[in-house]
Amino acid sequence: MAMAREKIAQAKRDAVDVRLATLAAPTGADWITATRAAAVARLRAMGMPGRRDEYWKYTRADALMQNEAPEAEVFDHDESPVFGEVDRLKIVFVDGVFDAAASDDLALEGVRIEMLSDVAALDIHWAKNLYGVLEEAGQTPVDRPLAALNTGFAEAGVVIHVTGKPSKPVSLIYIHKSTTSDAILHHLVKVESGAELTLLENGPAAARLNKVMEVDIADNGAFHHVRAQGRDHQRRAVAHIFARLGSESTFKSFSLTVNGALTRNECVIEMLGDNSFAHVAGAAMGDGADNPFHHDDTVFVTHVGRDCESRQVYKNVLRNGATGVFQGKILVKQGAQKTDGYQISQALMLDGDSQFLAKPELEIYADDVICSHGSTSGAIDEEALFYLRSRGVPVGPATDLLTLAFLAEAVQEIENPVLAAEIGDRLEGWLTRRRS
Amino acid sequence: MLNIKDLRVELEDEDKKILKGVNLDIEAGSVHAIMGPNGSGKSTLSYVLSGRAGYRVTGGTATLDGVNLLDLDPEERAAMGMFLAFQYPVEIPGVGNMTFLRTAVNSQRKQRGEDEMSAGDFLKLIRAKAKTLKIDADMLKRPVNVGFSGGEKKRNEILQMAMLEPKMCILDETDSGLDVDAMKLVSEGVNALRDKGRSFLVITHYQRLLDHIKPDVVHIMANGRIIKSGGPELAIEVENNGYADLLSEVA
Ligand SMILES: Nc1ncnc2c1ncn2[C@@H]1O[C@H](COP(=O)(O)OP(=O)(O)O)[C@@H](O)[C@H]1O
Ligand SMILES: [Mg+2]
Repeated sequence: MAMAREKIAQAKRDAVDVRLATLAAPTGADWITATRAAAVARLRAMGMPGRRDEYWKYTRADALMQNEAPEAEVFDHDESPVFGEVDRLKIVFVDGVFDAAASDDLALEGVRIEMLSDVAALDIHWAKNLYGVLEEAGQTPVDRPLAALNTGFAEAGVVIHVTGKPSKPVSLIYIHKSTTSDAILHHLVKVESGAELTLLENGPAAARLNKVMEVDIADNGAFHHVRAQGRDHQRRAVAHIFARLGSESTFKSFSLTVNGALTRNECVIEMLGDNSFAHVAGAAMGDGADNPFHHDDTVFVTHVGRDCESRQVYKNVLRNGATGVFQGKILVKQGAQKTDGYQISQALMLDGDSQFLAKPELEIYADDVICSHGSTSGAIDEEALFYLRSRGVPVGPATDLLTLAFLAEAVQEIENPVLAAEIGDRLEGWLTRRRS
Repeated sequence: MLNIKDLRVELEDEDKKILKGVNLDIEAGSVHAIMGPNGSGKSTLSYVLSGRAGYRVTGGTATLDGVNLLDLDPEERAAMGMFLAFQYPVEIPGVGNMTFLRTAVNSQRKQRGEDEMSAGDFLKLIRAKAKTLKIDADMLKRPVNVGFSGGEKKRNEILQMAMLEPKMCILDETDSGLDVDAMKLVSEGVNALRDKGRSFLVITHYQRLLDHIKPDVVHIMANGRIIKSGGPELAIEVENNGYADLLSEVA
């Protein structure tokens, strides 16, 4: 037994060597060099995700940890980019590299935006207290080796200091150009007391993307996040969000995923202060007909403070052998009284070939809490479908209408109606394209 | 308008015969009523005519203006003018009532090769029709039938009928669960639609509804067949004596 265990651990460490073989640590000031070295040490200690790891039971990490990015074609389509109608400050990354010429001026009242590469060269900067810090804290109680890898090697990313209420969202646009690009992005967001930011992200980014975002929200701060992961069929991505919330603060994050050979979205939230809100939601649509589709939402919400509300709302629409995964946990620590925790994960199977694997978990150490969770997977409601058809709506549009209705609970988590409408259009577009 | 000849239907999943040779002819502009004990096959008849899955037609025909209904998809039947007010209207969470109705109206128009109704015209029309049925703006906004009371659901069925202006309207126990006032509203809604080009098949247990919606012909259905047809007086006979006499008459 012990020997078998040691063998598995060794294989996980060997996988780290394979991945790191051609990676060079970026240069920077002493503090970040030390932080990166510590992250690499963390990674070596835990090893890469293994086939026996409970946390990777439903998703194979091979493509995410092999030395080179598996090739991914650049998907050529004529759909206009999402958020096109939204007034926003655009920051463009091409295959994971900042494209200053394509980006807007980074000056915006209420927020200071810098590049991680610039910040890394400075000795005195608040980012020192955030870079890799929430990631490291998020390694307990579950290992997240790909996030440690990111902290160890990320060169690019944005560092956003929110001190007021900027007049428009900051929008990160990820363009995928090279079929072999391997991007590592690490963003930092610090929302000061009473400040508020809306952050948008869209685009496929690269053939392979490893992204970490650390978000620190002070008391009374608010952070709204809407992301649309690009339509490229063969892209692979692992993204981690680590968020820490002060009192009376708000964290809201919505992710839209359409297509993609492999997407693992982890969201790790620690609600430290009292009276805060953390809402995370996602809508994923996958069709496995011509390309594989594997989508994984892994969420871990820890309630430390009192009177906090957390919601996890995840919806998957799957067809032709697509796979959806949900691993969601609500951990309520001792003292986190009056916690209101809600978690729902649901899959709509448009045919019999697809699969949805869900692992909802509650772990509660406080006695005065309300927590509910549920997970379902099923086909279109035949009664509702017939009702619509009997009113003259043909089977295709009727199915689409019911599919959008199924996704509505997740989309409704987007507070801004303009952004919600943008996302709704994408969902509808995906369905309409598949109908003809 | 609607012609049904020797229609025989059984369940798809079970070896169970439900309709055992139904004959029915409904002329344009007329109102027919079907009464009959529970389980006699009235809802099954209405479902088979509107194209619900789960039934196997083993014999007979059903045509609407000469077109074989049984070959058509439910949406095609609807676009031709077939409408069923459901005994149990279906709840559709996440789909707004208004969106549902606009989609339905425009889907039918599209299938018939007509222009879609503009958002403005639609709104004007639905507001007017909703008002006569005492359906408020909130009910139009809410998801289809979700959280509606029994009476609200039935009124919502009539609203759909009024918006879609079908030529063959089947009402399956639209009166059950309605209080006196709601029954009056619904009947007025139906009567407002009476027209020489439009026919009704009203399925009910009670004479009460037929006091408001005066039928031309009343049929009694039992055990998968129409066992007796007659004038409005037949409904009164049922009301007074129940079905027992009629059943023994044919037995
Ligand atoms: N889907 C079904 N599964 C099983 N039995 C059914 C189904 N639909 C109808 N039946 C049976 O067929 C008979 C007729 O039902 P129905 O048409 O609902 O009668 P009615 O509307 O006259 O009360 C009943 O015995 C009923 O139980
Ligand atoms: Mg019935």
